Amino acid sequence: MTKAAAVPLPLDPTLPARLPEPFLRWFAKKGWAPRPHQLDLLGRAQAGRSVLLIAPTGAGKTLAGFLPSLTDLAERPKKKPGEPGRGVHTLYISPLKALAVDIERNLTTPVTEIGLPVTLETRTGDTPQFKRQRQKLAPPNILLTTPEQLALLIASPDADRFFADLRYIVLDELHSLVTSKRGQLLSLGLARLRKLRPDLQAIGLSATVAEPDELRRWLVSQNDLQEMADVITVQGGAKPDITILQSEERVPWAGHTSRYAIPEVLQAIKDHKTTLLFVNTRSQAEMLFSELWRINDETLPIALHHGSLDVSQRRRVEKAMETNSLRAIVATSTLDLGIDWGDVDLVIHVGAPKGASRLAQRIGRSNHRMDEPSKAILVPANRFEVLECEAALEANYLGAQDTPPLVDGGLDVLAQHILGMACAAPFDADVLYAEVCSAAPYVDLPRDQFDRVLDFVATGGYALKSYERYAKIRQTKEGLWRISHPRFAQQYRLNVGTIIEVPALNVRYTSSGRRGPARGGMTLGKIEEAFLETLVAGDTFLFAGKVLRFDGIRENECYVSPANDRDAKVPYYGGGKFPLTTYLAEVVRGMLADPDRWKELPNQVADWLRLQAEKSVVPRANDLLIETFPRGNRFYMMIYPFEGRAAHQTLGMLLTKRLERAKLNPLGFVATDYALGIWALDDLGHAFRKGKPKLSDLFDEDMLGDDLEDWMASSYLLKRTFRNCALISGLIEKRHPGQEKSGRQVTVSADLIYDVLRSHEPDHILLQATRQDAATGLLDIRRLGEMLSRIRGRIMHKDLEQISPLAVPIMMEIGRERVHGEANEMLLAEAEDDLVEDAMGSGWTETKP
Amino acid sequence: MRAPAPAGRIRVAGQQGLCDRSGALWFADLSLLVVSDLHLEKGSSYARRGSFLPPYDTATTLARLSQVVERFDPQTVISLGDSFHDGGGAARMPEPFRQALATMQKGRDWYWITGNHDPDAPKGVCGESVTEIALGGLTFRHEPTLISVAGEIAGHLHPGARIVQRGRSVRRRCFAGDGRRLVMPAFGAFTGTLNVLDRAYRNLFDWSSFRAHMMGDARIYTIAPTNLHPG
Repeated sequence: MTKAAAVPLPLDPTLPARLPEPFLRWFAKKGWAPRPHQLDLLGRAQAGRSVLLIAPTGAGKTLAGFLPSLTDLAERPKKKPGEPGRGVHTLYISPLKALAVDIERNLTTPVTEIGLPVTLETRTGDTPQFKRQRQKLAPPNILLTTPEQLALLIASPDADRFFADLRYIVLDELHSLVTSKRGQLLSLGLARLRKLRPDLQAIGLSATVAEPDELRRWLVSQNDLQEMADVITVQGGAKPDITILQSEERVPWAGHTSRYAIPEVLQAIKDHKTTLLFVNTRSQAEMLFSELWRINDETLPIALHHGSLDVSQRRRVEKAMETNSLRAIVATSTLDLGIDWGDVDLVIHVGAPKGASRLAQRIGRSNHRMDEPSKAILVPANRFEVLECEAALEANYLGAQDTPPLVDGGLDVLAQHILGMACAAPFDADVLYAEVCSAAPYVDLPRDQFDRVLDFVATGGYALKSYERYAKIRQTKEGLWRISHPRFAQQYRLNVGTIIEVPALNVRYTSSGRRGPARGGMTLGKIEEAFLETLVAGDTFLFAGKVLRFDGIRENECYVSPANDRDAKVPYYGGGKFPLTTYLAEVVRGMLADPDRWKELPNQVADWLRLQAEKSVVPRANDLLIETFPRGNRFYMMIYPFEGRAAHQTLGMLLTKRLERAKLNPLGFVATDYALGIWALDDLGHAFRKGKPKLSDLFDEDMLGDDLEDWMASSYLLKRTFRNCALISGLIEKRHPGQEKSGRQVTVSADLIYDVLRSHEPDHILLQATRQDAATGLLDIRRLGEMLSRIRGRIMHKDLEQISPLAVPIMMEIGRERVHGEANEMLLAEAEDDLVEDAMGSGWTETKP
Repeated sequence: MRAPAPAGRIRVAGQQGLCDRSGALWFADLSLLVVSDLHLEKGSSYARRGSFLPPYDTATTLARLSQVVERFDPQTVISLGDSFHDGGGAARMPEPFRQALATMQKGRDWYWITGNHDPDAPKGVCGESVTEIALGGLTFRHEPTLISVAGEIAGHLHPGARIVQRGRSVRRRCFAGDGRRLVMPAFGAFTGTLNVLDRAYRNLFDWSSFRAHMMGDARIYTIAPTNLHPG
């Protein structure tokens, strides 16, 4: 709230806001004036419109979003005696349980102070069963909940009664919801609510996005006219003050640690009240935290916060944050970190931000008073990241946005929704199809796809119709689809939602690495099973700010003990990795191509590029540079597309296949966000010069045809995607707490299903869903395709005597990477060789001639 | 130093056997082929509960079985129990599969050992149903026994093993044995695994001579316990 004692004046006289008397009194008493966008939104809502509010943090978004509900509830005639109880009036959906709880707290104040007869309650996965039961019988006026709970509510047979009085739905953090499968499921839920209450109005609250129209369409029912919600945009206050750290030290060639800049980062923390340090991965967070503490002689209170840490630890940090008792906090994601941000006056971004919008949202977290500039420092971890930080800085200055475009709704999500709708009430396929198509992500869904998904829900959708008699949903005589047994509704409730928990184990911290039957110990958090599987007892790694010794896995817990080492032996600990956005990639390419702009860069980086121009060449913005050179007894090929790691990894797989076919004996490859390096036994440069193969053929778009298809057959990345689709669509059930003990023996692994399905029915609807996902997800085929078409006829080959300056960082990543891809057989053979050495002469495995 | 033995050669209680990479066990001297835990009709068994796994598991398992039968051309075949995923599996099996099975069985002695999933003789298929059988000094039964025996071949546990090498984890089905007892891997298409370091195996083996014969794509790899990891 801005401080001003004024009477509100609506901005748009065509839609004047009616602010009831008690509200005016409340504002006056507080010495506040409603902000223009709050009144604007209220006026449009009162005129019956759905509205998208785009505003930065601290703009009073929450109150704006709820004013229409609160005023409507205040003016609504009182319930007459004997009149049946009323249903929910306003539904609030947020991606985070914590956010719902926080909003409840923040709304309660005005509701009580104004004296409104309004009840508000949260309903999340943590809400006790009895309270949920009670909420169904006596719903609050405002229900604050999550997308998963909405799915459950609309799948209930009494949904129509429960939502009989629904007027508004408020969707918070809409920009982050819409890009996920949770958002797709939510869009289908919204379509159902509109069906139940055609006059329902949606209010979306969002940070700045690249394409606001996509969100405006998302909020309202879609038809041929592509209708949109109204939009209100609140400009950010003062431009943020962002700088790139000018280090005295050398910026490293490669790596992601930013270790070189730690003393300067600590100094910046000392110079400010409270600093928020953002990194991109959990491993970076752990590393940064431990490096800071290593030199934190004044023991400034610096805390660590990321999604894998134990909840109680996270809450402690958040509490300390609220009371301003921390000087700095290292975090991975804005959403991980609770709600209350205290008095942050500096944001430091360690590592490149990967996207302009992401940077803007993270910086927006500092300084809650939106009219004062927020202050941020970017710390690039290596030389390519210097270019990327510079590009992000420019983007921020221009106000450029690069949030990802929305993708079509997933078929697996649709399958889940269809079963839910059958649980609610028998449905007519034509009617449900029309309803589904009114949701923006499904507006282009062909009818035959819908029918195949319906068939999948009913009997698995196989060409071999052997499961007809076990159908989960069947058509009644009247042609309506209904569930064939109540237990399928139960099954649906247990598996609802699109959040796939990566299998993770609790980390138990025991005092001294006893290998005996020691139990107990403090829980530090959860770590992905996939990472723990790569460890052997005695390995050390960083987690929860400590160097830990891995002692082993017992049942479903991982046991660790304090390690005496200062440095962790196993450096790698994955976690979310964001791809470099197309927008930033383009700016980086542009910057590289234009020597005039190198002045803006730190000297050592500018020198590096000048040296590149001298020894090799600097590619033009739209060209693809390929360098080849010998080194050691190998031949290297460096490719610089700047299209992000996922697309490069896919390209690497496909190119090595093609080089294999050309008998050039490729040995391996390494992919970074910026470039791809391949090495081989044969002279690649010589082969390309002779046109055997031609580079234009090697990079032909047709690699996305059969070659891609072949590779996808065995790719573990695709199997992982398939597993997610199988879980969301309900083909296999989620693992629930307490069930883990049944073990692998009885569960059917998704990998086995994938292999069987792929060999018998490659066009099955779930495999289609998998390929659709992979194309935009782990394999990033869409981006690779766009790149291949962009560089057609623009490939620049430089055959060099030796390594080029630009290639140095990529070469340094080689060897850092772990064994890649499909080398399992070799690893098995190695494990066996150990045996031969151990057991030589024992004759156990050997046989008499 | 002797030349390394061909992959998968083992001895159980003096009998010379070959762990085939298909998951079958071959005793040339006895012209005997053993497979375990086929779990035929597992897909349709799940479908009855509303879980629609691809209905191709029986076809896949039988095709693999037919290949290995053709390759070794055994006089005797033993299916070590849990041949069908449930008691009604044999009766539910579609006719073409019944015929495919009959073709495989022709001219051979075929034994169905009963298992916990299929405690009764399978209905409508050929072959003799027994609870256990002794051949060539070996005893074949579904569940391994805890008593100290020499020459027991069993299934039931679906052994799998895991190695960690160069920061990568590889998990495979395996034959698990100590020279006196051998637990066979599950042969069926949709069958999972239980790690040989699980407590279920603890009292079955003499661990000083235990080996896991892991099923690679190209061959069998014999791994000592020191290289195995739980999970």
